[in-house]
This record gives sequence, C-alpha cells and structure tokens, in this order.
Amino acid sequence: MKRLGKEQYTIMVSGSIFSVLAVLLVMLGNPLNMGFCIACFYRDIAGSLGLHSAAVVQYARPEIIGLFLGATAMALFRKEHKSRGGSSPLTRFVISFFVMIGALVFLGCPFRMLLRIGGGDLNAVVALLGFAAGVIAGSLLLNKGFSLGRSYTQGKVEGSLPSIIALALLVVLLFLPALLKFSTSGPGSMHAPILISLAAGAVVGLLAQRTRFCMAGGIRDLFLFRDSTLLLGSVAVIVVALILNIATGTFKLGFAGQPVAHTNWLWNFLGMGLVGYGSTLLGGCPLRQTILAAEGNTDSAMSVLGMIAGTAFAHNFGLASSGAGATLGGKVAVVLGFALLTLIALVVIRKQK
Amino acid sequence: MQIIDARGLSCPQPVIETKKVLDKKPDAVTVQVDNISAKENVSRYAKAAKYEVFAEGTEYGWQLELRKV
Repeated sequence: MKRLGKEQYTIMVSGSIFSVLAVLLVMLGNPLNMGFCIACFYRDIAGSLGLHSAAVVQYARPEIIGLFLGATAMALFRKEHKSRGGSSPLTRFVISFFVMIGALVFLGCPFRMLLRIGGGDLNAVVALLGFAAGVIAGSLLLNKGFSLGRSYTQGKVEGSLPSIIALALLVVLLFLPALLKFSTSGPGSMHAPILISLAAGAVVGLLAQRTRFCMAGGIRDLFLFRDSTLLLGSVAVIVVALILNIATGTFKLGFAGQPVAHTNWLWNFLGMGLVGYGSTLLGGCPLRQTILAAEGNTDSAMSVLGMIAGTAFAHNFGLASSGAGATLGGKVAVVLGFALLTLIALVVIRKQK
Repeated sequence: MQIIDARGLSCPQPVIETKKVLDKKPDAVTVQVDNISAKENVSRYAKAAKYEVFAEGTEYGWQLELRKV
C-alpha cells in the first residue's frame, strides 16, 4: 500500500464531513439513513413538480439545489466552470433513466447505500456487492473500448442553465411554494429545515466538486488502475456514519425492519447492480453527474434530466419498491435495463472496431 | 513522440488510453486533455506507473508530457 498523500486525506476528510452532515440532517428531520440520497431526492423533486403522483414522496429537496449551487461556486472560484457537451446526450438520458429504476428498486442511490450500511442495514451490504459487480462489468466494457464519444465546447448559456434552473427552483420553493406539491405523510414529509438542508447540500457540493468524489469511480479506479484514492472517500462515509449512528443510538444491525428498505436480497443486488453498471458507462454515479452538470457539463445535465424522468416513470408505472419489496414491474424493468444497456454497449464497441 | 489525444473524453477514458500506451513502457509520451479531472487522473496514474509529469497549459486545456523516471 502506497503512503497516503494530500489528495487521499482530502477525500477522506470530505467523506467524513458528508456523513456528519447526513446524520445531522436525519436528526433534524430527514428520513432515517436518508441524510443524503440523490435518487430519492430527485424522485421527491419530480413529485413536487407533479411529474408523478405518489403523494408520499413529494418535496423540492433543498439539498439538491445546494449541491448545484455549491459545486457551481467552487467551479467558478477555481476557474473550472466550462460549458461542454455533445457526447451522446440522448444515450446518457436513457442510461440515467435506468440507473434510477435500479436505484428505486433497491431504494437508494450509491450515497444512501453507504449511509444505510453505516446504519447497520445489511440489505445495503448485499446491494454493495451488486453495485461492485455492476461497476466491474461496466469497467470491462470500458476496457474493451466502450465510449460515449467526445464532448465539445459549448456556449456559456448552455453550461450555465443547470445552475440557473436550480436557482429558479430555490426561488419558487422559498417564495412561491404554492406552485409545488408537498407530502403530508411518508418520506417526502420528513425533512430538515429548508435553509439547513440547502447549506448542507452546498457544503457537499463544494467538497464533491473539489475532490471529484464518486462512489462508482472508487470501485472502478481500484479495479482498472489499482488506484484507491476515490474509494477512500466512500470508506470514510461508511466508517463515520457507523460511528455517528452508534453514538446517536440510530444504529440497528440486521435485515428486517430497516427504514425505507426491503429484504428481497436478489432485487437489492440486481437493482444496485444496474446502478453500478449504468453509472460506470456514464462515467460517474448520480452524485458525480449532478456535480458535473453544475460545472457546466451539459451531457451530465442530460443525465440529471434522465434521472428525474426515470424517477417519475418509476412511480407512475409502479416500478419503485416499497418496504414490502420489489414489484413485478420493477423486476421486469431492471432486467430490461440490463439488456438495453448491454445492447447499447455492444453496438458502440462494435462500431469502433 | 507518441501523442494521445484525450480531449473531450470523459473519465476514465483518458486514463485507459494512457494506460494502454504506458503498459508498453515508452520513454516519453504526450497526452492532450481538456478537463481538470482528466488532467488530475492521468497525472496520478502516470506517477503511480513511475512516470514524471510535466503539465503545460494550452488553449484547449493541458498538454501533459510523461517521461519515464
């Protein structure tokens, strides 16, 4: 093992801060093990905008708005904000769509998976195995030459729009909340105060932009390049969440009765497997896509739109799991997702040869 | 000297392309990148593969010269 350098320490400290904020958000009102969940939060936003009508998951999560604003601020400060795009935007939309289907069959994005492990939820450990398997499968395709093509410089307006849209949502949330839908029961009704959620999101946005934090990237880099830098960030999230959950009495080891979770191990494994697979083909997990969109990457902005559409479909067509388990539709959609992503990858690889 | 054009490629592809070339142990190679994560990731990989990295800012981003230590 190499000695740890500054980069490794920075990402471990960042991951630790993410967990502290996540546990804090739960103490202030977020659902258990859901201080952060990019998939759940996009689903709540889709619900709040009326894109789906699942009454229990509707809230314009300020954490997401904070992620955008924090990452944009850091990118501008470091002169890394660049409008770019044109690398298979529609393909990215479709892949991201299925990444969200997988996430909602499991009930969480990679970020929440780490937080669930830290809360003692063993279903998330099963999901982690699936996630790792998905990332490794995606990495093998990347090694075989899978590529979504080059991106190109775009006009300033194009790359600024993601953050401007996030800002617009904040204005509506603060001053015109009557335009939005808000859950009165269920996970969507559970949340920390708006400004605290916003600030926590902004801090994570700043740090994730700075460190290029990515859960899929961690496993991918270890597998492809024997580089553990990114993975150390994810490890820090789990370890610190574990310590804080034990300290605050929210730690509960086991499979059954975990908050916003189900115990169908096969579908936890496959759901998160699809997330890992798709995220690796996209070049990053849902959090990383969000941060890149905030930096002016419009391909990742298309991924964000694909994720929002995916969450809306997941609820409109009964694909998302509940505490009772995965649905038949969700299982079919996950299998279809694997087939479609593999087909896309094989066609792309063949074209290049 | 061999030039790898990794402009516009998203991570990890710039590193994969670099790795393919460095696996053949050339004395030096140039990598063109246009985004900061590609620059950081290629540099980190090159250093781990025992190459020195000289980065030069260009109009599109950076030109990285990797030389065997």
